[in-house]
Amino acid sequence: MSVETHEVHRHPAPTGFIRKYIFSLDHKVIGIQYIMLALAAVIVGMLMSLLMRINLSWPGTKISILGTLFPGGAPGGVMNPEFYLSLVTMHGTIMVFFVLTTAPQGGFGNYFLPIQIGAEDMAFPVLNMLSFWVTFVGFIVILSAIFLSGSESTVGPIGGWTGYAPLSALGAIAGPGQGMGMNLWIISIAIFCVGSLLGALNFITTLLNMRTRGMSLMRMPLTCWAWFTTAVLALLSFPVLLGGGILLLLDRLAGTSFFIPGGLYVSGVLSGSNPNFPLHTGGSPILWQHLFWFFGHPEVYIAILPGMGATSHILATFARKPVFGYRAMVFAIFAIGLLGFFVWGHHMFISGMSPYSAIAFSVLTLSIGVPSAVKTFNWLGTLWGGRIRFATPMLFALGFVSLFVAGGITGLILGQSSLDLPMHDTYIVPAHFHLVMGVASIFGMFAATYFWFPKMFGRFMNERLGQIHFWVTFVGVYSIFVPMHVMGLVGMPRRFSSFAEYEYLRALDPLVTFVTIAAITTITVQLLFYFNVFWSMFKGKKAGDNPWEATTLEWSTTTPPPHDNFAGVLPTVYRGPYEFAVPGAPNDYLMQTESGAEEPSGNGHNGHKH
Amino acid sequence: MGRVLAVIIWLLTLLSVVIFFNKKWWLPPAISDHAPALDRQFLLTIIIVGIAFSAAQIGLGWMVWKYRDSGKADDRALYTHGSNRLEVVWTVITAIVFIGLGVMGQRVWASLRLHDAPAGSYSVEVVAQQFQWNFHYSGKDNVFGRTDPSLIDDSALNFIGIDESDPSAKDDSVTSSLVIPVNRPVELKLRSKDVIHSFWVPPLRFKQDLVPGMEIKVHFTANKVGKYELACAELCGQLHFKMKSYMLVLPEDQITALRALPQEQFQTKVQELLTNTPLAPSY
Repeated sequence: MSVETHEVHRHPAPTGFIRKYIFSLDHKVIGIQYIMLALAAVIVGMLMSLLMRINLSWPGTKISILGTLFPGGAPGGVMNPEFYLSLVTMHGTIMVFFVLTTAPQGGFGNYFLPIQIGAEDMAFPVLNMLSFWVTFVGFIVILSAIFLSGSESTVGPIGGWTGYAPLSALGAIAGPGQGMGMNLWIISIAIFCVGSLLGALNFITTLLNMRTRGMSLMRMPLTCWAWFTTAVLALLSFPVLLGGGILLLLDRLAGTSFFIPGGLYVSGVLSGSNPNFPLHTGGSPILWQHLFWFFGHPEVYIAILPGMGATSHILATFARKPVFGYRAMVFAIFAIGLLGFFVWGHHMFISGMSPYSAIAFSVLTLSIGVPSAVKTFNWLGTLWGGRIRFATPMLFALGFVSLFVAGGITGLILGQSSLDLPMHDTYIVPAHFHLVMGVASIFGMFAATYFWFPKMFGRFMNERLGQIHFWVTFVGVYSIFVPMHVMGLVGMPRRFSSFAEYEYLRALDPLVTFVTIAAITTITVQLLFYFNVFWSMFKGKKAGDNPWEATTLEWSTTTPPPHDNFAGVLPTVYRGPYEFAVPGAPNDYLMQTESGAEEPSGNGHNGHKH
Repeated sequence: MGRVLAVIIWLLTLLSVVIFFNKKWWLPPAISDHAPALDRQFLLTIIIVGIAFSAAQIGLGWMVWKYRDSGKADDRALYTHGSNRLEVVWTVITAIVFIGLGVMGQRVWASLRLHDAPAGSYSVEVVAQQFQWNFHYSGKDNVFGRTDPSLIDDSALNFIGIDESDPSAKDDSVTSSLVIPVNRPVELKLRSKDVIHSFWVPPLRFKQDLVPGMEIKVHFTANKVGKYELACAELCGQLHFKMKSYMLVLPEDQITALRALPQEQFQTKVQELLTNTPLAPSY
C-alpha cells in the first residue's frame, strides 16, 4: 500500500474545558452534542407516548407524579382531555424536530461528513457551534411550554405537531392550550428553523468545497449524498416554516389576520365585539396548511434520508460487497429530494383546496414511490451474493429496510385522493408515518450508533445487549404499528383522548390494549440501549482504527479521530467508497486511501464474478 | 443468526398480512353510491401493497438466510457494482404500477368532486362549532333563510345566526343531527364558526373539512336507511373527541313529512326518530 500525502498545518485541540466540551468549534464534539440532545429529547417524547397509551387503554389511571408536576393537566394524577392533547402536540413536535432532525443530520452528519470527505472540520465552525446552541435554546423553550400550566389549566400547546390555524392563531379564546404555551411552541419552532438553516449552509459548503484530493463526487459514500441532499431540503424548506411561524405569531400577538378569516364566533364571542377577541378579517386558514406542509413534507425526507444513507453504508460493509447500483442510489436520493417538494398537497386533499390540485398532488405522490422502490431493490441487490456478518449495526440496518418497506408501502393507499376520503385523519396515517419516518429513521440511527460508536469513543458497544435491544424493538414496533393500520380501516380517528363516545370503535378495544402493551415493552427495552451507550463509553471492549474492516475515510484515521481528523495529513482518495471483495486484492476490502493496480478498470458497472 | 432473522421477518410479514386480510377489522359496511367503486380501488391497492410488501420482505429474508458469512478468509462476496439493465427494468415496472394506480385512484375522487351536486339534490347547510354540529334545513320553500355571524347568539340558541326577519327563514329548521333522504343526492354546504372541523361518517366513505371563512360544497348519495355515527375528524380543541352527532338516513316520504313541520316539531320528531332507530351495525 502506498499512500500519497500532502502536508497541512496541524491544529492543536483547545485545552480549556469550556472551549473543548461546551462551546466547541470541533464538528465532532458538536455532533456528539447533537446526539446527546436527541437522546434527551427522545426520552421526553417517548415518556409522553407512554402516557398517551396508558390513557387510551386505561382511562382514569391515577399517576400521582403527574398530579404533582401538572396540577392543571392531571388534577389528582388523572389526565384530562386537554392534557392528552398537549401530549399529542408535544410528542410530535419534540420527536420530529428535536429527535428526527437533530440526531441523523446534526449528530452523525456533523461528526462524519467532514471525515468521510477528508476535511479537517466544517467550513464554518462558528456557525456550526451556533447552530447547535440555537437548537438547544429551542429545546429549552419547547420544554418550558409544557410546564406553563397554572391559570390555563393545561400543560402546553394543543394543536398537534401541525398546529393548524385558526385554532393555533386565535389565542386563549379558543380554549385550553391556546395561550402562552402555544406562543412558546411557535417561538421554539422558529428558533429551531434558524439553527437548522445555519447547519444546512455549513453542510452544503463543506461538502462542495472541502473534499480532499481524489474525492470526486461519485466517490463519496452514500451517507454524504444523503446528508448533502438533506441539507439542501432543509435550506429550502425551513425558511418557509420560519416565515409561516412568524405570521402565525403576529396573528396571535399583533392582531394581524394572515390565517384568521372574518366573522368568527368563538367561545360565545364575535370577532371584534370584545377586547378579548379583536377584529379579524380576510385571512386564510388553508394558507397556513400550504406553508406548513411545504416545509412539512420535505421534513419527512429530512428525517429519513440520513437513515437511508447509513443503511446503504452499513449494508455494504457487513455484506462485504459493493453497494449495488451506486449511481442509481444517488439519483434516487435526488429524485426523492426533488419530488419531495411537489407533493405537500397530499396532506390537504380534503382541506377545501381545489379538487383539481388534489389530483396533481396525488399522482405526483404515487410517483415518489418509484425512487423509494429503486432504493429497496438496490439494498436487496447489495445483499445478494454477499457474505453477511450479523453484528448489531447490520441487524438494525436490515431492520431499517424491512420497516422502510412496511411503512412506506402504505403511502400507495394514503396518496390516492379517493382513498383519502375514508383514510384521512384516521389511525392509518400515524401508523404509516410512524413506521416509515419515525421508526425506520430511528433504526437507521440505531444502526449508525452501533456502527460508529467504536470510532467515536474507541470502544465497542456491548454486542449481547445490542442484540436483545434489536430483537425486542424490531418485533415490538411491528406489534405497535401494524395493528394501528387496521384501526384506521375501521375508522378510528386520530387525536382523540377517548374512544368511549363511539359505538363503532368498540370492536377495536382489544387492539388498543394490545398496542399499549407492545408499546410499554418496546419502550422499556430502550433502557438497555441507554445503559449500553453510557456503560460502553467507559467499559466497552476497546476498538482499533478499523474494527469493521470498512473502506471509507473515517476508518483510515485513528480511533477516536484527532482534533483535526487526520493529524495534519489529509488523505488522498484513489477509489470508490465500497470496494469490497475485489478480485485479486489481498483483503476482501480496499480502503479508499489505498492506491494500486487492483483498481478495477472501466467504470465498474459491469460486475464480473470470480 | 441470519436464519433466525429470516424466520422472524417472514413471520412478521405473515402476521401483518393476516391482520389486514382476515377482515375481522375492515372498512365498515358501505352505505353510499360511490363506495363500491372506492372499495374496489381500495381492494386493488391493498392487494398490490400486500404483494409488494410480501415480496420485499420474503426477498429480504431470503438474502439474510442464504448469504451468511461462512467465516472462511478466501470465501468472498460477489464483486459487482450493479446492473443498468436491472435498474431500468425495475424503475420502469414500478413507475407503471405506481403511477397507474395513482391515476386510477382519481376516478372516485373525480366523480365526486369535479362537478357540482346534480339538480334536485337535497341540500343541507352544516355549521360546525367547537364541539357541536348544527344542521340547517330550508323547509318547504327550499330556500335557506339568511344567516349572519353577527346574529349568532349561542345563549339564545341561535347557533348559526339565522336572520328571523328574512321571510324565507320562517320555515327553516336547525338540528344537531343530520337527517337526509335515502337514494337521493345530498349536497352539504359546509361552514365553521370558529376553527377547522371535519365531517366524517365512516360507512359513508366520506370526509370533508369545514373551514372558517369558506363555504365548501360537497355531495354524495346515501343508499341505506339507518342511523350512523358522525364524528369530527380534525383536531378542534379540548373536547374534540366528544364532538359527536348522528346521521339519519330516511325514506323520501318521511323526509317530505319532516320538512313540512315547523322547527320545534321538526326537532322533536328528529329526536324521536333518533331514540327509536337502533344504530346500524358497524361491523
